[in-house]
Amino acid sequence: MNAAGFPLLSLITFLPLAGVAIIMSIRGDDEVIARNSRWTAFWTSLIVFLLSLILWARFDRSSAEFQFVEQLAWLPEFGVGYHMGVDGISVLFVLLSTALTPICIMASWEAIRTQVREYMIAFLVLETMMVGMFCALDFIVFYIFFEGVLIPMFLIIGVWGGPRRVYAAFKFFLYTLLGSVLMLLAIIYLWYNAGTTDIPQLFEHPISRTAQIWIFFAFLASFAVKVPMWPVHTWLPDAHVEAPTAGSVILAGVLLKMGGYGFLRFTLPLLPEASVQFAPLIFALSVIAVVYTSLVALAQEDMKKLIAYSSVAHMGIVTIGIFTFNPQGLSGALFTMLAHGIVSSALFLCVGVLYDRVHSREIARYGGVAKIMPGYAVVFMIFTMASIALPGLANFVGEFLVIFGAWLVNPWLAFGAALGMILGAAYMLWLYRRVVFGRITRGDLRTLLDLSPREYAVFVPLVLLTLWMGVYPQSFLSFFDASVAALLERHVAALGSARLAGM
Amino acid sequence: MSWTLAMPELVLACAGLVILVAGVIPNRETFFPVSMAVIGALIVAALLVINQPEGTALGGQYVSDAYSGFMKLLALAGAALSMLLAIDWNEKEGLGRFEFPVLVLLSALGMMVMISANDLMALYLGLELLSLPLYVIAAFDRDNARSSEAGLKYFVLGALASGLLLYGATLVYGFAGTTNFDRLADVFSAAQGVSAGVVVGIVFVIAGLAFKVSAVPFHMWTPDVYEGAPTPVTAFFATAPKVAAIALFGRVLLGPFGDLAGQWQQVLLLISVGSMLLGSFAALRQSNLKRLMAYSSIGHVGYALMGLAVASDVGLRGLLIYMAIYLVMNIGTFAVLVAMRRQGKAVEQVEDLAGLADTDPGMAMWMAVFMFSLAGIPPLAGFFSKLYIFLAAVQGGFWTLAVIGVLTSVVSAYYYLRIVKVMYFDRPVGALDRAPASLVVVMAGTGVFNALFWLWPAPIVAAAQAAAAALLG
Repeated sequence: MNAAGFPLLSLITFLPLAGVAIIMSIRGDDEVIARNSRWTAFWTSLIVFLLSLILWARFDRSSAEFQFVEQLAWLPEFGVGYHMGVDGISVLFVLLSTALTPICIMASWEAIRTQVREYMIAFLVLETMMVGMFCALDFIVFYIFFEGVLIPMFLIIGVWGGPRRVYAAFKFFLYTLLGSVLMLLAIIYLWYNAGTTDIPQLFEHPISRTAQIWIFFAFLASFAVKVPMWPVHTWLPDAHVEAPTAGSVILAGVLLKMGGYGFLRFTLPLLPEASVQFAPLIFALSVIAVVYTSLVALAQEDMKKLIAYSSVAHMGIVTIGIFTFNPQGLSGALFTMLAHGIVSSALFLCVGVLYDRVHSREIARYGGVAKIMPGYAVVFMIFTMASIALPGLANFVGEFLVIFGAWLVNPWLAFGAALGMILGAAYMLWLYRRVVFGRITRGDLRTLLDLSPREYAVFVPLVLLTLWMGVYPQSFLSFFDASVAALLERHVAALGSARLAGM
Repeated sequence: MSWTLAMPELVLACAGLVILVAGVIPNRETFFPVSMAVIGALIVAALLVINQPEGTALGGQYVSDAYSGFMKLLALAGAALSMLLAIDWNEKEGLGRFEFPVLVLLSALGMMVMISANDLMALYLGLELLSLPLYVIAAFDRDNARSSEAGLKYFVLGALASGLLLYGATLVYGFAGTTNFDRLADVFSAAQGVSAGVVVGIVFVIAGLAFKVSAVPFHMWTPDVYEGAPTPVTAFFATAPKVAAIALFGRVLLGPFGDLAGQWQQVLLLISVGSMLLGSFAALRQSNLKRLMAYSSIGHVGYALMGLAVASDVGLRGLLIYMAIYLVMNIGTFAVLVAMRRQGKAVEQVEDLAGLADTDPGMAMWMAVFMFSLAGIPPLAGFFSKLYIFLAAVQGGFWTLAVIGVLTSVVSAYYYLRIVKVMYFDRPVGALDRAPASLVVVMAGTGVFNALFWLWPAPIVAAAQAAAAALLG
């Protein structure tokens, strides 16, 4: 059947729903429900994570094929099937999702005090949707998971969010939905044109040039909102600021990757000509995103908003990498997405630590935290340095590869991307200085406690991962190599045959 | 040719008369036993429909095929479930009179006649038998001015629509020389051109049917009637008669007038687009839930008619799946609306749901499922209903229609989300009363259907496929 011998991907995808069923069946007073919900959610997500490690161990890195494949008839008369599988592009995103979920649940242990049961249910449902989305090899199944994410995230922002949560939740939902429904029409067009929604089969299906252009923009509408690219990024700062800490972590860690993943999985292989034709457009939007949002980040007074804008800038680097069409750019984009998934998640958790204690995210409210919370200051520094792509930490490898790939396309493009790194160093270091260094100006800060053992348990895995990714990136890059090479090979072949057909 | 083919209708008609007499005789109020008897009769009729052979009967007036079977089951399910919603409500509101269930039964009988109509005469008879009881039950809360107004308004406008339809039917008869659907189809497929009289006749027939399904521009009665009528009656209006009228819409347009698709497609496109736009924008600012659901149903009819406007078997299949899922979503939503009471008094404003997630998490969860499903968010059932419709539109090359469809679905998502927001994000204003068990069962049943439709869509899809094939041959 597959390398695991049993339907591993389905198990990882749907096991969280078993946790949901258990949580729903808990009876007792509020305190009992809250405690048991937390533990059930934690253990469920931890078991899912451990199961997903089988992927890491058994994944054949030398193969570009889809692995751990499962196939079931679902709507056979329509050519729609339940088809799951991972390749080098998606496998690490599955691991990222399963790794971040238990961390999020741990991070919410004390921060969430109301409607704990519903909160844990929302996170487990969210995990199902995220993992399913990265594993789906059928376009309709993919779309169901892709959109299904909206429901739990809408509730997480709206129920447990900050003062403007209602506005942020609606904006998040409607923005994303608007982009996605246009993609749905494109999917339906492909479906009816090719007679199947099976993704590997669609790869073999040639699409006319005009159709490619229309589909490209329909996909762009959806993925650009998810990434998010300038100028449709405005939902992100609102959603991040209002979401609870763990919600921000999932947003930054996984949901933003859905856009980049969509480009890699669908836009590039399915629409080779349109991708090449509109790459300059993507570059322009990305460079604007990198420079503009970095400048905006400099002006922020809210820590979460600053990190949210920095996410937009990092994602700009990712989209540049994806559309360079060379192995460096693509691998770099994938690596940056993973690194950003870890580092920006950790930065949001760092903000969350302060917010839990002081209930303010205003930068000016802090100062001199290093003297009271030395452990915290170290952790925060590691992630700040990682975020500005210090060599030896996670982001460096990815961003370096992207800039290298961009240079091969056009040195000015590389300049634009590098400008983002410089500005990134400016706003992150400035943030760190204002919050952590300096004199303690506010008396109430003196009573703050350093990280608790639970918080160390949250941060230590992330620190180790960041170091591992920075010091020995090969153990991650080796996952992509074969798939990226195969993707580019197909891309070149498709362009070649299109050129032949043109002559 | 034998009249026993129409066994389900005959049994239902006899049951109606017997139940009526049985309800009159005792001295005490017989609302509850009569309701149960009516639900039983509807279930028996449904079983008979399942086992009904195919063919035509009663001088070609009556047809039974997979299409009529599918739609009749939907209509009967809608009637029986609405009746279930009404039992508790009517007793609490002092409307527990035995005439009510009998009227629902007679209306259901009208729907079945209408769905099986194979002749313009039978069509009209069925439509009137369907409508007359509806006028009465809209005004069933006769001491309530809003309910009386709803009944009167519905009656006056409904009579006008019936008149339009009858006029259209006579024009078609005058120019084609027959009222039988099969012979009409023969006439039109043999004819070289089409006379203006027939086209005018078709437009009048469409106008009459559009009124019954509350499509733009014949929707104006809907918000007032939905708001004024007792809530279970509104649930009934929103489901069973609508399914029946849509069924008739499909049979008339694709059957006898199938060869004239070029003539009526434009009209249907306009109706569909108008309904989608009005349904999504007009509902944005509604504060009354029943009124909001009225606009929502107008929008949904717009999507359903999109499947018909495409005039293909894929479109018809999409339409059938749409109606099945629409019925379940609406019954579920109305079960929540019927259950909304505070200290024994029925409430129906959106604000009355505030904080429901705190005070009654179960009901809030089901309502959220229905709202996300109505908005068409996967993996809920409402997404699949839209998916099949859009598939038909894209396949037929109706890109503008499809794009308008998805964009209005985003607009309408706003007001469905607003209800979720009120339930989950707002502070409670005081708990609602516990929902009675009968309503909880309906909510849970329809909720599970909506939430888990993706697990096993094949039965409904296959049945719709067979039904569509039966109509288009």
